Amino acid sequence: MEQNHVAHTDHFDPVASKLGMWLFIFTEILLFGGLFIVYSVYRYKHPVEFHLAAEELDVTIGLINTVILLISSMTVAMSITALQLGNKKLTLILLGTTGLLALIFLVNKYFEWGAKIHHDIYPGSEFLLSLSKGDMLFFGLYFFMTGLHALHIIAGLALLGVAFFKVKNGSVNKDRISLLENGGLYWHLVDLIWIFLFPLFYLIH
Amino acid sequence: MTGNSSTHRLPSYLEYQGKYTGIRAWILSTDHKRIALLYLYSQIFFFLAGLVMGLFMKLELIAPGQQIMGPQAYNALFTVHGLTMIFLFIIPGLAASFGNFMIPIMIGAKDVAFPKLNLFSWYLFIAGAVIILVGIFSGDGPPDTGWTFYAPYSLKTNTNVVLSVFGAFVLGFSSILTGLNFIVTIHRMRAPGMGFFRMPLFIWSLYGTAWIQLLATPVVGITFLMVVADRMLDIGFFDPAKGGDPVLYQHLFWIYSHPAVYIMILPAMGAITEIIVTFSRRTVFGYKAIAMSSLAIAFVGYLVWGHHMFTSGMSETARLVFSFLTFLVAIPSAIKVFNWTATMYKGSISLEPPFWWAMAFIFIFMIGGLTGLILGSVSTDVHVHDTMFVVAHFHYIVFGGAGIAFFAALHYWYPKMFGKMYNKKIANWGLIGLFVGFNTTYLPMFFLGFMGMPRRYYDYLPQFADLNLLSTVGSWIMASSLILVIVNLLRAKKGTPEEMDDPWGGRTLEWTIESPPSLENFEEIPVIDREPYELKSK
Repeated sequence: MEQNHVAHTDHFDPVASKLGMWLFIFTEILLFGGLFIVYSVYRYKHPVEFHLAAEELDVTIGLINTVILLISSMTVAMSITALQLGNKKLTLILLGTTGLLALIFLVNKYFEWGAKIHHDIYPGSEFLLSLSKGDMLFFGLYFFMTGLHALHIIAGLALLGVAFFKVKNGSVNKDRISLLENGGLYWHLVDLIWIFLFPLFYLIH
Repeated sequence: MTGNSSTHRLPSYLEYQGKYTGIRAWILSTDHKRIALLYLYSQIFFFLAGLVMGLFMKLELIAPGQQIMGPQAYNALFTVHGLTMIFLFIIPGLAASFGNFMIPIMIGAKDVAFPKLNLFSWYLFIAGAVIILVGIFSGDGPPDTGWTFYAPYSLKTNTNVVLSVFGAFVLGFSSILTGLNFIVTIHRMRAPGMGFFRMPLFIWSLYGTAWIQLLATPVVGITFLMVVADRMLDIGFFDPAKGGDPVLYQHLFWIYSHPAVYIMILPAMGAITEIIVTFSRRTVFGYKAIAMSSLAIAFVGYLVWGHHMFTSGMSETARLVFSFLTFLVAIPSAIKVFNWTATMYKGSISLEPPFWWAMAFIFIFMIGGLTGLILGSVSTDVHVHDTMFVVAHFHYIVFGGAGIAFFAALHYWYPKMFGKMYNKKIANWGLIGLFVGFNTTYLPMFFLGFMGMPRRYYDYLPQFADLNLLSTVGSWIMASSLILVIVNLLRAKKGTPEEMDDPWGGRTLEWTIESPPSLENFEEIPVIDREPYELKSK
């Protein structure tokens, strides 16, 4: 069917795909919005426990990850500009850098979680169940929200990976840049959510 | 408009031979019309499954005491009946089937903005349905929480809640992507000359619906994921023993699930508008008021979720504000009903089956709407909360409203979709049977609820016996009429192009093309130079 209807499925409207991406980003914000509501309610109910539990988190590793994501947002934005200027090689290098930074973020996350689990702090652990309700909720939210964010990093990584190969084989190019632009938009969203997660868990004392 | 001689007609979307043959020509097709039929068939399948479960529940309630099942089976049955009917039939509702079919045609486009995403949404829908089905037939038995999955019971029960909740999450994702697709389609694909205020009103209602799908569904999505996490990872978001707050679950659940009622009813209202305008042979009364009331319902409907929780523990202020906002929704809903009536006034009404179905919709929907005010007002709600009254109100709105509108739309667009006409006399008799059966089933429930019969029990006190018996008999009339209606549709006969292209004298774009439409709907994209319901000068 598609063969006979190239015009039908190959209908290409960059404005439409960008509009679609923005709408999808709304839904992602609302998805995390539900979690932010839950966080606010429980922080309001257990201010002292949240305060003390937050001091258990490692600000340094959180800060490093924040910087990594900010730089990766910059590199992805630069890769879009590079492709707009027709510099395919630079686009690929910058996209590769973005992917590498995302991987470093995940590795850091792995060690951070690993240390927590090593200290017997994870949902349902005997140690955590012996702590106060506020502690349980704080660490429950910590694992759930950073975990969901990490899943989004992986999804963004996959999307940028597709963009990488499509730039490489030329199907995403200067004149058909939507996929890369949308990948970049999504990546900024993932970055932005972290910008909120970082102070909520690591900085507010 | 179109070449009437059949020699010039392109093969229809039903006959079209593409790259694939057999079933793959359907499940791999990105044509919005084929996807619409995939939805339609799956939805009707789930509807019939839910209907059978409903019949078993009514049979259990035919007399006091245990008849055919015990309490646990009854709990599971009303849960699965709710899951099936709500998540698999009426939330996709008219939008997924008729919306998919009609949006591109009514705005003069060849397809939706993202055809592949459209097909992907249907796959997600089926995946969600399969996950729920697996949840029903595996593990420690079907869920028994009610379709609302209220915590903390949904965290404590031993039944298979996780799969059902996760299935509902996947279905939500499908709904989001459909809404997204529709919004972009309506913004970007309208034919030249079709401004926003030249769109048919069905499209306006779907536009409002799509925004609700997009903005409300993620909230319940994350809530369902939190329930899954509570059960599998032992986090305790909603478990009071671990500091969680079950009332917070109710808030998050209803932030979506109240607007979801408008996901069900808005497209229904849109389809009813189309039918009334066509058969009144007049232009619509108050076009802009109807269009804006769709958006108003979508917007205000977002802010009224608290009326499900008047007895759950909320401040007095919150209850009054939610009650007030609930009453506000009555205004745009009434605007629609008044405008439908005004459209019929001095019209040259043609009494075809779809019109009768629309009349049945208005009658039943009004009873549903007015009893909604009793539930929306705090003092009376406390009296009838969690009784059969709520069940009756809900079915008047969702089955009598959205469900009947679904069949009204099916009768209205059937010739367009299939190029076939059903037996009109039988369609009318089916409707009469359904109308009588419906009211016999659900009207007694209002009285039962007022007398104090609680919902969700397999047994009841002897003083409720007579009305329950009446209700059960009604369910038989209703079910047999539905079977009559469906068989009648299946036995529809092929008509000539002259008869089928525009059997009702419709004025929106779908009636200017062939029945059934060709693959790309329009040989040439039309240029719109008139108002949507202007009468044709024949």
